[in-house]
Amino acid sequence: MTAVRVPVRSAGGALADLTPKRNGRDLGWLADARLDALEWVGKHGFPSRKDEDWKYTALDGILAVPFEAAAAGAGPRVTADLINAAAIDLGGPRLVFVNGHFAAEFSRLAGLPTGAVVTTLASVLDASPDQLKPFFEHTPGEHHAFAAFNDVLAEDGAYIHLTQDTIVAQPIQLVFFSDTEGVPLMSSPRSVIVADAGSRATIIETYAGIENDIYFTNVVTEVVLAENAQIDHYKVQDEQTTAFHLALLDVRQARNSRFTSRSVMLGARVARHEIRVLLDGVEAEVSLDGIYLPRGEQVHDNTIFVDHLATNCTSHQLYKGVLDGHGHGVFNGHIMVRHGADGTDANQKNKNLLLSDRAQVDTRPRLEIYTDDVKCTHGAAIGQMDDEALLYLRTRGIPLDAARGLLVYAFVQEMVDRIELEPLRAQLEALVAGRFAQGDSPVSA
Amino acid sequence: MLKITELHASIENTEILRGVNLELKAGEVHAIMGPNGSGKSTLASVLIGRDGYDVSGSVQYEGQDLLALSPEERAAAGVFLAFQHPVEIPGVGNMYFMRTALNSLRRARGLEELDAVDFLSLAQESMKLVEMDQTFMSRSVNEGFSGGEKKRNEILQMAILEPKLAILDETDSGLDIDALRVVASGVNALRSEGRAMLVITHHQRLLDYIVPDYVHVMAAGQIVHSGGKDLALELEANGYAGLTPRSESTAQVGATV
Repeated sequence: MTAVRVPVRSAGGALADLTPKRNGRDLGWLADARLDALEWVGKHGFPSRKDEDWKYTALDGILAVPFEAAAAGAGPRVTADLINAAAIDLGGPRLVFVNGHFAAEFSRLAGLPTGAVVTTLASVLDASPDQLKPFFEHTPGEHHAFAAFNDVLAEDGAYIHLTQDTIVAQPIQLVFFSDTEGVPLMSSPRSVIVADAGSRATIIETYAGIENDIYFTNVVTEVVLAENAQIDHYKVQDEQTTAFHLALLDVRQARNSRFTSRSVMLGARVARHEIRVLLDGVEAEVSLDGIYLPRGEQVHDNTIFVDHLATNCTSHQLYKGVLDGHGHGVFNGHIMVRHGADGTDANQKNKNLLLSDRAQVDTRPRLEIYTDDVKCTHGAAIGQMDDEALLYLRTRGIPLDAARGLLVYAFVQEMVDRIELEPLRAQLEALVAGRFAQGDSPVSA
Repeated sequence: MLKITELHASIENTEILRGVNLELKAGEVHAIMGPNGSGKSTLASVLIGRDGYDVSGSVQYEGQDLLALSPEERAAAGVFLAFQHPVEIPGVGNMYFMRTALNSLRRARGLEELDAVDFLSLAQESMKLVEMDQTFMSRSVNEGFSGGEKKRNEILQMAILEPKLAILDETDSGLDIDALRVVASGVNALRSEGRAMLVITHHQRLLDYIVPDYVHVMAAGQIVHSGGKDLALELEANGYAGLTPRSESTAQVGATV
């Protein structure tokens, strides 16, 4: 495939000059799919605030920077210590990607049961690309231009296939680390997780980088759960505040499958974590939780679409935001209950704590219901620090900063408590508590 | 220990305290009684440093200007308020809260902090005092506590934090007789030579259980009568109506309240 210049609608056309480094190595169908996606982006352009699903989040910054596609080969400054600091080593399988490309020297693939394939997308693209057909050959631009752009550029990421009844006891860690000194780089990680009937695994995605680097991570992760499969997914987004992070987590669930997502959003200048869940089989269950903690000039956008197609499915969402400085948070949650999806049990809740007069949150929980026999609730709340509680703590001798930290931490504590993996919970507790402990008093127990 | 001189406090241009004078010595228990709106709770609020009041006058505490200190500095100096309406704080464990509080006080005083184990053994002694069991400690601070449980939790904090000056604001409100007995016996057990207490109450009933050394009557932002514990009984018999403010200025004010 040759470089194609794309006349994008928006002012920033820089992204359009990017082409995959796999030039020439893609099979016909894949090259075609990439071209279709590229043409789609050219025709429709990148989303702007005029688009309903993007109206709260300004993308001008991303489109203005002349990003280049990152090449393979670990960045010169990446060390095992940096990786371990970003993603505590849980001892199980761990795939580390630097600038979107697999870095074998930091990775470990031991300890997997037979029946579990854990490898890289790049190796599948080389060895048996046809397996990936369903993931690339969809309607071009089905989701939005950034996802389409991932179709164009994706070269690597994780490929996980759990065959029937395979249970991976140890969590599988996927670490995406950026090191882009000097040159603004864009990486396009693409991960595919296929869980056959009755299989089960826990997967943790972590995103981080090196201070002051300007980079853009444009992620697509696709998860397909067959009947009775269960995937517990964690995402820790701790990118640098000079970075941009856009992600799409696309989930399709068959009968009686279970998917949980726990998202912790800490970093990036502009971050958007979009989750789309298709409940396509009866009695499937999905539970999506997240915390987002924008401060300074950060923007944290959580966009969620849960599509109830089958009967007796359950979906839960609980998102909590703590917004400080000039931080901006978005909760844009949409539940669709299709005609015939009787017995649906769906709820979504969004709670926000504003710590500063300049912080902003846009919350938009939406229910769209086309059937009668459903149980659906939604709600949103925005509040400020409870002055009475603050005074109460101070009269007990707890200094102001520590008291504030304690109250903020208390607000998000229930989310952290939901993380069942002990070492990960402890790491996130320290990360989140560290963010709020401005005084010298310990916040964590 | 505490010397309040001509203390005035107003909020949003409404004067609530209009020249309070009061002195407490270590070991003494003083009760302040008075009708609703007389300024009793405002006095407690000003003493612990609640925001929002314009304050003038002087409050000397152990030779320090109490009004110049932040709420946490007052706590470190040994001032404690048992709140009339203790705040619920979801997500903060009661045990963790109390340990953090005690360790904050200890750090401010240059003492070593207690670890969880040492704290627990200390807390257990105090819990017996107010008949609270371990389950209260693992719950969030005051969350879902009954009225009586909240008040017991206040006294528990007092027992653990060991203040020099304890102010009890309407500690009897909302308590049934059994809860009142538990709370009062907890308070009585904490009476000591080195500790002064200021018991604010609307009802004489509490003073049957916590017998004060002195009783003061507050009306329209001033202390209008002071006496021994018998004054409380007198009030019980005759009500506040028979009491008139002492000074002319207060009399004018009193007429408008």
